[in-house]
Amino acid sequence: MSYKRLVSLLVLTFGLFGASFFAAAQGEGNKSNTPNEPATAAEAKPVKEEHKLDVAKVIFGHIADAHEWHLFSIKHEGGEDTHVSIPLPVIVYHPTNGFSMFSSSNFGEAHKNAAGLEVTESYKGYHIEKGMMKEHIIADDGAKIYDLSITKNITSMIISVVILLWVMLSVGKKYSKNGAMKAPSGFQNFLEVVVIFIRDEVAKPCLGSKYKTYLPLLLTVFFFIWINNLLGLLPGGANFTGNIAVTACLAILSFIVMMAKSRKHFWSHLLNPPGVPGWMKPMLVLIEVASLFIKPMALMIRLFANIMAGHIVILALISIVFIFAAINTTVGAGFVPVSLAFTIFMFFLELLVGAIQAFIFANLTAVFIGQAIEEPHDAHHEHEHNIDIVM
Amino acid sequence: MDLLTPEFGLFFWTLLAFLIVLFILGKVAWKPILSSLDEREKGIADSIATAERVRNEMSQLQAENEKLLVQAREERSQMLKEAKDTRDRIVNEAKDMAKAEANKIIVDAQHQIQQQKMTALTEVKNEIGNLAVEVAGKILRTQLNAADGQEAYMKMLSEDIKLN
Repeated sequence: MSYKRLVSLLVLTFGLFGASFFAAAQGEGNKSNTPNEPATAAEAKPVKEEHKLDVAKVIFGHIADAHEWHLFSIKHEGGEDTHVSIPLPVIVYHPTNGFSMFSSSNFGEAHKNAAGLEVTESYKGYHIEKGMMKEHIIADDGAKIYDLSITKNITSMIISVVILLWVMLSVGKKYSKNGAMKAPSGFQNFLEVVVIFIRDEVAKPCLGSKYKTYLPLLLTVFFFIWINNLLGLLPGGANFTGNIAVTACLAILSFIVMMAKSRKHFWSHLLNPPGVPGWMKPMLVLIEVASLFIKPMALMIRLFANIMAGHIVILALISIVFIFAAINTTVGAGFVPVSLAFTIFMFFLELLVGAIQAFIFANLTAVFIGQAIEEPHDAHHEHEHNIDIVM
Repeated sequence: MDLLTPEFGLFFWTLLAFLIVLFILGKVAWKPILSSLDEREKGIADSIATAERVRNEMSQLQAENEKLLVQAREERSQMLKEAKDTRDRIVNEAKDMAKAEANKIIVDAQHQIQQQKMTALTEVKNEIGNLAVEVAGKILRTQLNAADGQEAYMKMLSEDIKLN
């Protein structure tokens, strides 16, 4: 009861705070824009356009990768906003010019050019072109370049890797130091439960007696995805695991392991399915071969879509306030508690989804490897069981 | 569709980072953690098995102890009984021996008494004989002196004898 009361109090407090803050900002915005308009109409026009609420742009701006870590923007009297962001290193490989590396702050702000595209100034022969969903570094001479910049997502990943290594190494050291027969303590307790869960619920049932070979891979996949999911939920966090390049990388890795470890039995089962009439075989083989590639595709898309959708929903729920406020300030303020309640609910859901998706990725990787390495005996039963899991 | 096109840079760095993490964690974290977990599980299983074995041994030992105790008790009562018997036997033997000794002493004493009595009687007899001889001598001497004095003397002598 008291817990419920606390929550409603929190919602009310934040709601009121948000409403008053928003009303003030809105009022200021109105005040600053109107008197300027007649004086410098030419300049004020694009400014006003920029200030118009574009939810899709806001959301995609948050979930897409960027060459700087944008923190917040400050509105100014003149109309030109100040964007506060952490510049990140840009590394570009040009086929003729070779590697170049510089800070992303050299690009400056993006502006609409004559063709209607948002581009930055060019620096060292490169500029950033901002599309509807993503931004790209383009060479001024139009050559095909390779962008190896340490982007926002990569920075986030490096932070997560540092945290992951720090946590795991300290826990690993504890095990080496204390020996096996001492009771676990502190964070070791929590980690041990997760490691045993992955070992007993994922690796052992899917991989049988050979589980020990693949356990490090499964554990690393699980913790790597999980910690990145959690970091992505932090305010201002990057949408690392909700990026298709990341999930593609992980899916391809598990596909490579699956292919490298596959046995003769797996291929014979795939290319010559037993117990099937001859005329059906070509069709079935076609389906089986397709399924071979659909498996990593499913891995890739499942994680990508889940995490990105979570981010979009949270951002959309927050944006509702501003959408309503654009119609009427009071309505927007009134909607703050509702939106906040939904957002908090979504955050909890995403916490759950973050762990579940990491688990599913590790589990399906184990299932796919298990299919590829399975031994001839009791194969049929195992196969059907695995298909059930994938569905 | 822009959203579904993987960026090369992100792919490259993710691959690199993941492989490095996999390598480092595999060497420094998963190996000690997993081996420790296995070892601990084995240790716990061993401990349980050992505990079970020890418990069985303990109950066995207890049964044995119980048996030993019963045996010891029996032996003790046996020994006590034997000791009592021995004591009785020794006492009885001593009694018998003492009785025999006493009897022997008594017999010896009676024998000695008899002997001494006989000696004394012999002595008395001899004395009496001597006395009789002496008396006879005196009588004869007195008779030789006077008849009437003789008679008085005889009277005196006979009274003398009576007194003896």
